[in-house]
Amino acid sequence: MSQEVLLRVNNIDVFYGSLQVLWDVSIEMKSGEMVAIAGANGAGKSTLLKTISGLMHPAKGSIEFAGMDITRMNAYDIAAQGICQVPEGRRLFPNMTVLQNLMIGSYSQKARAKREENLARVYELFPILKERQNQLAKTLSGGQQQMVAIGRGLMSNPKVMIIDEMSLGLSPLFVSDLFRVLHEIRARGITVLLVEQNVWRTLHEADSAYVLETGRIVMSGRAQDLCEEEEVRNAYFGT
Amino acid sequence: MDTLSDLATPLTMGILYGGLYVVIALGLSLVFGVMNVINVAHGDFVTLGGYVAFVAVTSLGLDPILWLIAGIPLFFIMGIVIQRFLLYRAFKMSIDAALIIAFGISLIIQNASQLVWTPLSRSLMTPYSFKSFQIGEVYIPLVYLLDFIAAVIVMLVVHQFLKRTYLGQAITAASQDRQTAELMGINPAVVYQYAFGIAMALAAIAGVFLGLTFPFNPTSGVRFLIIAFGVIILGGLGSMVGTFIGGMFFGLSQALGGYFWGPTGQLLVPFLMVLIVLTIRPQGLFGR
Ligand SMILES: Nc1ncnc2c1ncn2[C@@H]1O[C@H](COP(=O)(O)OP(=O)(O)OP(=O)(O)O)[C@@H](O)[C@H]1O
Ligand SMILES: [Mg+2]
Repeated sequence: MSQEVLLRVNNIDVFYGSLQVLWDVSIEMKSGEMVAIAGANGAGKSTLLKTISGLMHPAKGSIEFAGMDITRMNAYDIAAQGICQVPEGRRLFPNMTVLQNLMIGSYSQKARAKREENLARVYELFPILKERQNQLAKTLSGGQQQMVAIGRGLMSNPKVMIIDEMSLGLSPLFVSDLFRVLHEIRARGITVLLVEQNVWRTLHEADSAYVLETGRIVMSGRAQDLCEEEEVRNAYFGT
Repeated sequence: MDTLSDLATPLTMGILYGGLYVVIALGLSLVFGVMNVINVAHGDFVTLGGYVAFVAVTSLGLDPILWLIAGIPLFFIMGIVIQRFLLYRAFKMSIDAALIIAFGISLIIQNASQLVWTPLSRSLMTPYSFKSFQIGEVYIPLVYLLDFIAAVIVMLVVHQFLKRTYLGQAITAASQDRQTAELMGINPAVVYQYAFGIAMALAAIAGVFLGLTFPFNPTSGVRFLIIAFGVIILGGLGSMVGTFIGGMFFGLSQALGGYFWGPTGQLLVPFLMVLIVLTIRPQGLFGR
């Protein structure tokens, strides 16, 4: 596993209009890592992810990906560069079929070339999706929708996969299955950035982690170390 | 003679020339789907399509349907240019700004057509303009049948395009969730351009069949915009089947309204139908 920094967020401030939501946030991800961002409701996790994906732009600071400055890049260009986001709430295209949702994931030129290969991979990870491929996305259960959302991300042949609140509304058993898939995805060399409200779970799965509190990074380090931090235990595990 | 066979004529005619409304409405709904902007100039693009075809018929002696071989690409390119250099710039500021630009385009087309083609009514005259055919007891003008055939072909082509091509799927995806479409690598500006180009190509087609079916003048566009709007709402926003059935339904109620109440009933009845349908099904006949 190479250990160069693949994605680096440098001291960004982000606003919604005049409302500041992120203050001086910095994170970095090494190639092949699984990184977690934990934090309570409204801490600014989704905002951070949207800024990395280019749906929002920071007022201050910069974002680098694979040695390239992507701070001002448009979301669709960033996607083509190999950062995919599985958004909060899945955000499937409800009136398109499962297969169409997956295919639209491979919209960018580079991904199109590997379309068949990636589709086979997705069906291997989630065999149920092959059975359901001609069903409209909106008719699937929440868990299956999350599978499509992750599969759609994989279809873009990403270097980095960002997943916002994967486990929201899903049963713990099902979430364990999804985490198994994430580890498999990572084993294939895709760097994973996870955001969860479920801090305990996330810290046990990830390599390194950041804790975000009302728009600021308050703790960071190896996920395992953070598990043992007293502050984290007090704040999130109630022990 | 019993009323049923009396009614057969307006019923059949209404359904058939409803095809014209389908083609007009499809362009309006395509742009609304992706941009959430009612293109208030769409009706005027249709009449412009009619006038350009009028020139092709009168000065070049072309058959208007044959003219579409050149008219479709011409309008498509016009659409891309208008979107790229005019509408999109306003749209980036706000939807209201885009709406005002569209109003401006509408007024310009109306006034320019008055200058160039006078306020008189025109229609596209062809050797088959007055031909009719017979089904049972009923005589139907041939051009009405052409409207219907055009609608079926246009529907099938647009549907297959949206379903089978990457660009079509990008348009479909962007009209369901623009932000997520961007996360998939889809550039919304490109989607708007093509959607607008296609809508203009549809306006060129609609203009020809409008000119074959009804006389039109420089201000007719407004009326067809309102009709197309009614058709989309009736059928349900975002549903192609809905637009198709909506167009037929609109033509049908118009023909029946005209049959029973004369010219005043022609628009009153279909819009009453729109109101009734919306009261029962606010999302329209096929809306989801
Ligand atoms: N579109 C918006 N306009 C204005 N403020 C917003 C917008 N979206 C989010 N915010 C505010 O920004 C802050 C951070 O929101 P964000 O969605 O990033 O939090 P989060 O950590 O993802 O929360 P959650 O766990 O609920 O998903 C919140 O206070 C929220 O109210
Ligand atoms: Mg969030």
